[in-house]
Amino acid sequence: MNLRSFRTAAWLGWKIESNWTDPFLFAVYSIIKPLAGAAILVVMYSIITKGDFTNPLFPYIYLGNAFYMYVGAVMTGVSWAIIDDREHYRTLKYMYVAPIRIPLYLIGRAVARFLTGSFSVFITIVFGALFLHVPIEVAQVDWLLFSVSLLMGVVLLALMGLTLAGITLLLARHSDYLGDAVAGGLYLFSGAVFPLDVLPAWLRPIGYAMPITYWLELLRRSLVGSVAQAFPTLASLSNNQLLAILGGMIVLAAFIAVITFRYCDHQARERGYIDRTTNY
Amino acid sequence: MSADYSIETESLGRVYRLRENKKKKDQPRELVALSGVNLQVQRGELFGLLGPNGAGKTTLIKILTTLLAPSTGWAKVAGYDVHRETVKVRPLINMVSGGESSGYGLLTVRENLWMFSQFYGMQSAEAYKYIDELLATFGLTDRANTKSADLSTGLRQKMNIIRGFMTGPEVLFLDEPTLGLDVGASRDVRGFVRRWTDENPRRTLLLTTHTMVEADELCDRVAIINRGKVLACDTPAALKHELQQEAIFNLDVSAQNGLEAAHFETLPGVHKVQLTPFDGHSQLQFILAEEAVLSAVVNTLTERDVTILNLTKREPTLEDVFVTLVGRSMAEEEKAGSNGNGH
Ligand SMILES: Nc1ncnc2c1ncn2[C@@H]1O[C@H](COP(=O)(O)OP(=O)(O)O)[C@@H](O)[C@H]1O
Ligand SMILES: [Mg+2]
Repeated sequence: MNLRSFRTAAWLGWKIESNWTDPFLFAVYSIIKPLAGAAILVVMYSIITKGDFTNPLFPYIYLGNAFYMYVGAVMTGVSWAIIDDREHYRTLKYMYVAPIRIPLYLIGRAVARFLTGSFSVFITIVFGALFLHVPIEVAQVDWLLFSVSLLMGVVLLALMGLTLAGITLLLARHSDYLGDAVAGGLYLFSGAVFPLDVLPAWLRPIGYAMPITYWLELLRRSLVGSVAQAFPTLASLSNNQLLAILGGMIVLAAFIAVITFRYCDHQARERGYIDRTTNY
Repeated sequence: MSADYSIETESLGRVYRLRENKKKKDQPRELVALSGVNLQVQRGELFGLLGPNGAGKTTLIKILTTLLAPSTGWAKVAGYDVHRETVKVRPLINMVSGGESSGYGLLTVRENLWMFSQFYGMQSAEAYKYIDELLATFGLTDRANTKSADLSTGLRQKMNIIRGFMTGPEVLFLDEPTLGLDVGASRDVRGFVRRWTDENPRRTLLLTTHTMVEADELCDRVAIINRGKVLACDTPAALKHELQQEAIFNLDVSAQNGLEAAHFETLPGVHKVQLTPFDGHSQLQFILAEEAVLSAVVNTLTERDVTILNLTKREPTLEDVFVTLVGRSMAEEEKAGSNGNGH
């Protein structure tokens, strides 16, 4: 029953995500959008470094940025379903009355974004490897590390999305951008676009406290082992140590997600927010 | 406490906190939407909640369907506490709100319904069979593959109503199911509601309405609710029977400036009088203690030179019951309520 409602939620998410009158345009959009994002980054990088694409900083930034697309896709995907169902489709109350586990439903809704996000990440990386000399050697990739890290990251992001979804339940007005705001904020502190060493010393602890930092580092190491060695940030930690830290943080994130969601869910019913819509 | 109550509430109350309005410091901070509600609905009953807009009907339904926490008291549905045992209550119930257009507009009618059947753990084949049956019943068969965004509001509401029945709930809650439907569609829905409840003695249905006829003709029992309180609860016949001793008259009279309901209110034996001016004439409705009081009414009219155009005695309606309980009609009560809390 849980599995079936999860599958159905994923089906619904896919229907919504792919609701383009023209499937061809949908495909084009899915390719153009991530590449456009990467292009901006590449142009900026090239201006700042005067075109020094051989510096290890380039693959560092390029890959960090590419995988960071998952944050927007999965984390925001989970919490967005609350707003979408409550404000747009006005069905959140019917979902609540139904005998489903709402967290599972919300995560199901985000599966489609995970898939389109994966496609974007893949396209971006292939493009980088083919045209921008991002040094990925297929034979050198540590596929096991990559798969394990990716999976852990998706779990982590889904849990963070649940926490956000709980908070979203209690915020009626203008909460549309909460997900984007959180994703944007974490972007700067997760070593996505620059190594933590670039930050002033007093800001670095924020980065070290962010699980996404370790996740991105693991993904980079699995794809282009050499890059990681170029920056002192996490160089002293082995892959296994990084995995252990990430694993611990996922457990913590799970605790936070369960507690936050339960609390917010309870509060939303106390305050009558489950079917509250904003009248603009 | 009997296990055979499908719905049971005790001292159920709900208070909404209102947002503070800096400009109007004297505004109340809380709104009592329900208070001291004690209800017992038997398994198999078709139960109606009748009351004007703002009476608290939707609030009560939200509590009973686990969407809203009560502020005081408790409620059980199908034997389980709606606040503490939501996981046990939810598989046994379903809910439909009228007068709103909800649903995934990008899905077809059939897809919308199938999706919800999956959330209730139904097998796809069985679900499709039942969905198609219900679509036929509600005259939606030719729209089965239409995107629900392309449906009229009325048809969307029918789709929603099907969603409620489709999952085979033990207790079904319909909040103003015919609100916004045309006469024919309302009749279809009422017919189905009645049949569905009669077909299986395990099914209980609670609906809210502010239509007197709907409560009167459809429901086994009716609770009259106003300003968050249940004022009476019985079969429509018994509620009206209370008024059997009284005489209810409608009088059409020639329009007369200066004629006021107040002129009659002081007459002994006049329980309630309502004056509705029309173009060229006025209508007076009286609830009198007994028929004999009518002569005093006629005298008053004669003194004021008002001609009686038509006089009919009629059977009491639930509207009369409401008027007797509250002191004014549902329409008047809605107006007074909306002035009172600034909505
Ligand atoms: N979320 C809310 N916050 C504050 N007041 C509310 C809220 N929902 C309903 N009310 C108020 O509670 C009262 C009862 O509303 P409701 O249950 O919707 O009545 P009905 O369904 O009978 O029209 C009304 O005065 C309404 O304005
Ligand atoms: Mg209502």
